[in-house]
Amino acid sequence: MYTKRNNNITFVQAINECINLQMINNKKLISFGMGINDPKRIFGSTKGLVEKFGPQRVFEVPTSENALTGIGLGLSLGGYPVLMTHQRADFFLLAFDQLINSISKWNYMYDGNSGIVNVTIRLIVGRGWGQGPTHSQNLQSVFSHFPGLKVVIPTTPYDAKGLLASSLRDPNPVIFLEHRWLHNSIGNVPSKNYFISLEKSKILKKGKDITIISTSYMTPEIKNIYKKLEYYNINFEHIDLICCKPLDRKTIINSVKKTGKVVILDTGFESNSISSEIVSMVNQYCFKNLKHQPVRITIPDIPEPTSYGLTKFYYHHSHDILKKILSIFKIKIKNIEIKDSNSLYHDVPGEWFKGPF
Amino acid sequence: MATTTGLSLNQKLKIFETCSLIRHVESEISRRYEKGKMRCPVHLSIGQEGVPAALSLILNPKDYAVSTHRAHAHFISKGGSIKKMIAEIYGKSTGCSGGKGGSMHLVDKSKGFMGSSSIVGNSIPIGVGLGLAIKLKKSKNLSVIYLGDAAVETGVFFESINFSVLKNLPVVFICENNLYSVYTSLKSRQPRNRKIYKMVKAHGLRSYFFDGSNPFSYFKKLEKILEKSRRKSEPCFIEFSTYRYLEHCGPFNDDNLDYRPKKELLKWKKKDPYLNLKKKLEKNNQQKNLIKKIEKKVYKIIDESFLFAEKSNFPLKRNLASNVYKKK
Repeated sequence: MYTKRNNNITFVQAINECINLQMINNKKLISFGMGINDPKRIFGSTKGLVEKFGPQRVFEVPTSENALTGIGLGLSLGGYPVLMTHQRADFFLLAFDQLINSISKWNYMYDGNSGIVNVTIRLIVGRGWGQGPTHSQNLQSVFSHFPGLKVVIPTTPYDAKGLLASSLRDPNPVIFLEHRWLHNSIGNVPSKNYFISLEKSKILKKGKDITIISTSYMTPEIKNIYKKLEYYNINFEHIDLICCKPLDRKTIINSVKKTGKVVILDTGFESNSISSEIVSMVNQYCFKNLKHQPVRITIPDIPEPTSYGLTKFYYHHSHDILKKILSIFKIKIKNIEIKDSNSLYHDVPGEWFKGPF
Repeated sequence: MATTTGLSLNQKLKIFETCSLIRHVESEISRRYEKGKMRCPVHLSIGQEGVPAALSLILNPKDYAVSTHRAHAHFISKGGSIKKMIAEIYGKSTGCSGGKGGSMHLVDKSKGFMGSSSIVGNSIPIGVGLGLAIKLKKSKNLSVIYLGDAAVETGVFFESINFSVLKNLPVVFICENNLYSVYTSLKSRQPRNRKIYKMVKAHGLRSYFFDGSNPFSYFKKLEKILEKSRRKSEPCFIEFSTYRYLEHCGPFNDDNLDYRPKKELLKWKKKDPYLNLKKKLEKNNQQKNLIKKIEKKVYKIIDESFLFAEKSNFPLKRNLASNVYKKK
């Protein structure tokens, strides 16, 4: 546990504090995952938990992702809410049988007559530092395909704590995605227990010229260019998507109806994705209001390469994002006007990050 | 009577009753299927009644059970509502899963029957998780996992066995080895000279084998094996040889496809669990009357259940989207 506490804490500390509070409040809540009790404690997010709640409630597991997902479901049906943690989302792909064939539709296929599916699955996603094709995948679109799952992807420490608290109380399975590059970001987080809706996107800034919708690490990328956009007199509305499934249709549609323009920034691949889903929704429901075709800024339909030399061309950087948004308003900029939000190196989120992941 | 097997007459009659109930429910489904009112796949357990019949006497409603695509017999053995099961197969709103699950997704929480899955191996870890819940509650219950011979070919089976042994969970793996995965013989799927129960034993849990067709012969032993798991809260694995008479999926026999040797089928039909129990019990005239009474009761349950299903309504349109997400 993190003992010293300012009002401003990191994303990881917020997660840790939330698990701690929820485990105090719900004596039946069980937490398991590979590495949760190891010396590094999932980047510090499970620090102090086993010491406080004991190895019966906080335990390490075998490398059996599929079985462990089913075991989590069984535990929940038997009356014990479950928080599972996977240090790398990519490994969780081994558990798709349990996730898709059981967990996602358990409530539906027994019409609510089996036990309660109170299962939250923390999956850490990332990018950069040579994570390469199988250690960096942002798969929110994949998880969001299946009815019955809730998928959230918080950006700030405040949202991380409130959304995780809600996930751990929800009688539906929740996929909780954390971007590794957000882990050290700092934000104001109340020490008390609070809950945030799993089905509501957040309007970070009100505006009338264009709707900017961003997910996960793309949110700080936008925040990094706020001033520049204002400098060019663009009165933008910024929505942090937060909830990928179900999508908060109302917030998105109301905003686009007002602005008539939309740009979507997602950390996932381009095709068949959260961004394409939002474009389709906007076309369906805001067609008459559109003044410009919807614009998407995502990673391309290419697996992430490992090489430092190649990832340079793979991700969008603050300058490109600015350029793309300005082009919607027919504003052309030439020279690099804005530096990356992260650091001197494009493949790390900041100086604090020394690899390997 | 209570000679070689050590069973009381009452126990024998109860085992027979479950056996008869399963046989006649399944036969009735088979008979009525062609009418087209049961519009979902059915995997019938005719021929495989012995094991669930024996277990019905050992388990109580607080014990959990999960099962496979061939779940009717296990559901009945656990005391699940037959009315609700038949209604479920009919797709009616009164079905145990509101018509959303069908034959392969049966549930009766009040009897500890927590679900069944169509995907081979899928329900195994769920049963293990239920076993972990029992362990955490420190209650003296068991979690029974029904699986077939093909499930031991899945990765999740080994993951689940490993975890049960690692955490010493009160989980009972019941492997009904009926020699076929759809039309594919065990010989094409597993090495010839390897016994499933022996392979499982190497993982560090008690493991046994019985011929599943005669429940009287192994009932006492089975009772002891499960009692030990219950008392010590530890896992065990039991392989039973058994045989399904009808096709993998559907109401007919499929012997015309010639994927099973005729001799094999005849050998198993000679060991028919239902007919043999009946024959044994009917040797005595007094018992003959008891059997008659039991079967009369069974027929009544079946008639009432099918009538209930036929008379029940289909779910309404507004039920289509209910429970995709459970409300708080």
